[in-house]
Amino acid sequence: MSATTWAWLVLAFPLAGSVVTAAGFRAISARAVGIVGTGAVALAFACAIGALVALLGDPAEEQRHASHLWDLANTAGIDVKVGILVDPLSVFMALVVTGVSTLIHLYSFGYMRSDEGYHRFFSYLNFFVFSMLLLVLAGNYVLLTIGWAFVGFASYALVSFWYRRTTATKAGMKAFVVNVVGDIGLVLAAFLLLRELGTVDYEAVFELAPGAFDTGEWTITAICLLLLLGAFAKSAQLPLHTWLPDAMEGPTPVSSLIHAATMVTAGVYLIARSHTLFLLAPTAADIAAFVGVATLLVAGTIAIAVTDLKRVIAYSTMSQIGYMILGVSIGAYSAGLFHLMTHAFFKALLFMAAGSVISAMANRQDMDEMSGFGKAMKFTAITFVIGGLALAAFPGTSGFFSKDSILSFAVDRGGMYFWMAVAGYVGALLTAIYTFRMIFRVFPGEPCKEARHLIETGEVAHEPPANPHTREPEDTDVGFPGEHHHIAEQSWPMAAAMGALAFLALVGGLIQVPGVDHVLFSFLEPVFADSPLAAIHPSVGAEWIGLGVGSLVAVFGIFVTWFVYWAQPTAPAYLRERFSAVHTLLVNKWYFDEAIDLLAVRPVLAIGRFADRTFERLVVDGVVTVAVDAARGAGGAVRGAQSGFVRSYALLLVAGFAGLGLYFLLSAS
Amino acid sequence: MTTEWYIVLSALLFATGASGVLIRRSPVVILLCLELMLNAGNLALIAFSRMVGNEEGQVFALIVMVVAACEVVVGLGLIVAIFRRRLPLNVDDLRELRG
Repeated sequence: MSATTWAWLVLAFPLAGSVVTAAGFRAISARAVGIVGTGAVALAFACAIGALVALLGDPAEEQRHASHLWDLANTAGIDVKVGILVDPLSVFMALVVTGVSTLIHLYSFGYMRSDEGYHRFFSYLNFFVFSMLLLVLAGNYVLLTIGWAFVGFASYALVSFWYRRTTATKAGMKAFVVNVVGDIGLVLAAFLLLRELGTVDYEAVFELAPGAFDTGEWTITAICLLLLLGAFAKSAQLPLHTWLPDAMEGPTPVSSLIHAATMVTAGVYLIARSHTLFLLAPTAADIAAFVGVATLLVAGTIAIAVTDLKRVIAYSTMSQIGYMILGVSIGAYSAGLFHLMTHAFFKALLFMAAGSVISAMANRQDMDEMSGFGKAMKFTAITFVIGGLALAAFPGTSGFFSKDSILSFAVDRGGMYFWMAVAGYVGALLTAIYTFRMIFRVFPGEPCKEARHLIETGEVAHEPPANPHTREPEDTDVGFPGEHHHIAEQSWPMAAAMGALAFLALVGGLIQVPGVDHVLFSFLEPVFADSPLAAIHPSVGAEWIGLGVGSLVAVFGIFVTWFVYWAQPTAPAYLRERFSAVHTLLVNKWYFDEAIDLLAVRPVLAIGRFADRTFERLVVDGVVTVAVDAARGAGGAVRGAQSGFVRSYALLLVAGFAGLGLYFLLSAS
Repeated sequence: MTTEWYIVLSALLFATGASGVLIRRSPVVILLCLELMLNAGNLALIAFSRMVGNEEGQVFALIVMVVAACEVVVGLGLIVAIFRRRLPLNVDDLRELRG
């Protein structure tokens, strides 16, 4: 089979899974739904491998296949097809998405066991996988936008999955609104491309763009900035990042799949896919790189201060995506995508392990209440530490190679990019600190109440259902996390998924070791062959110097954290006292929420209220009222004729005909 | 016999029917008077058909008879329904459609 046939099958399986699980929610048992949902994504993964094999059979310069099913819009001046583009980049993304999704579906199979909305969950999750695959396989900007909007909806539906929680529904709305802001950017960019080039098809756009635009021209810069607006909203970059920490209200597998491993990296994919355009707009590319660096620093500092376990990982996700955005913006495309892949492994793993801990805490997420889980949950602790090591770029792990391949590229480009790399190393230090802060607070030490309960009775702590943030009691009909909690130690699907990801997080980086092998970079090379930046390769020696610096930073960060959070138990409190202003700033997340509220939300609400008072009440209501009065008056004028007396109607009829007859008689003579 | 006499008779029958519809209150009688008006029309049609010398008028008369039969079916059905529901059999009292 050809690569495109495989790719269509990749799209078809999750869609079919979503339809089956949604339509059969009465007929199919919960167990079967889990199997259908997981199986559909596993089959998609198998087909993605099929596409990879088919693609590798072609010579490097012919590894690009377009295929379409039918016309989406075909009128004057526009021809949009439901078409896909299969090249190394889209196959790589499809492999990462389906591979990680399969494991997360497997994890959900155990984790969501006692949830009343099991069918709904798998249906949404399969729909998300379909949308994400549509996004990465799309062959034109219109289909990309469709997939982009679909994943936005899936994210909304899954963040608000426990819809009895007001905090969850509010977080879902926030995620949706911020993402729609990004969608507008994407739609406008596609429109500008259509206006300037007359096409939205990837292949045609990338072929025509270098001839149609001068480098740095304002139109192409505007297009790229609009694309960036979409990318920043989806990938939670400053200042459109505030929805991501709130999105942690969703079930943990959702945080793992959507808000860590796949959807939030769509912005990185978009920039890599449109790299031809960004080459023509160096200003926009530099802005993207700056925003990436700013995000990785800001998110890293916030992650050191917040105490909600999942939110720490969420800020860490923002920070790591900052690295990826930096990478693909400065020309380290393959390195950025490499980090995307390794990040998907270790961040999905960290969320899964955190989910296991949160289950053991009866759904509470505050690290202040946790300690000593290392004894109670050995498997979870080991996998969490493996994920943490990879995230902190500990030498030899997957994150170590991917992060440093971005930073050594930045060093190699020199100039201001050198300073970006320096900021990246500072971010790496922050990463090591917040990662091991989590580990030292949760796993070692004297077991807390829940951990002791788990050790003594072998059962997960149980509490009456309550919102983990507001502590208000919960309606237990549907739309709440279920009475029973599941931890990896007691559920083989969860353990299997975490084990597989732990393995990948440890060794996933070995496919791309400087001077040893370059499997990933040579696979992706044909996609970026047109970019002069892709030809820049830091020398092997320089890369190993970067790796050396990276390992020093990581080990130093872990040591500092060990010293502060373990060796000197009073140190955190002392530091909080000493730098209380900084701590307040960080705990309040640099006041981004408040600033956006003041600068965007309130003005928009004020405009809305003003429009309601003036235009809505006076003009719209006025027109409607006048029209209604006119109709009512006209009706009143003629209603007298409808007396209900049949004989009077007959008389009128006779009189009328008699009158007509008389008229004709007179006019004839 | 000239055509005029037929027309005069037809006009008389029509006037009788029309005044019956206007004056009487019983739905049954009104229906009968309507029949009378239709048949007055039929008589005129056939008279003109004979005067002109072709069959088109007779065809029309046949169609009118069919329509009249339908009308009687519906009308009598309505009257039976009114009777069954014990409503007054008086068109002046049946005035729910007043605007």
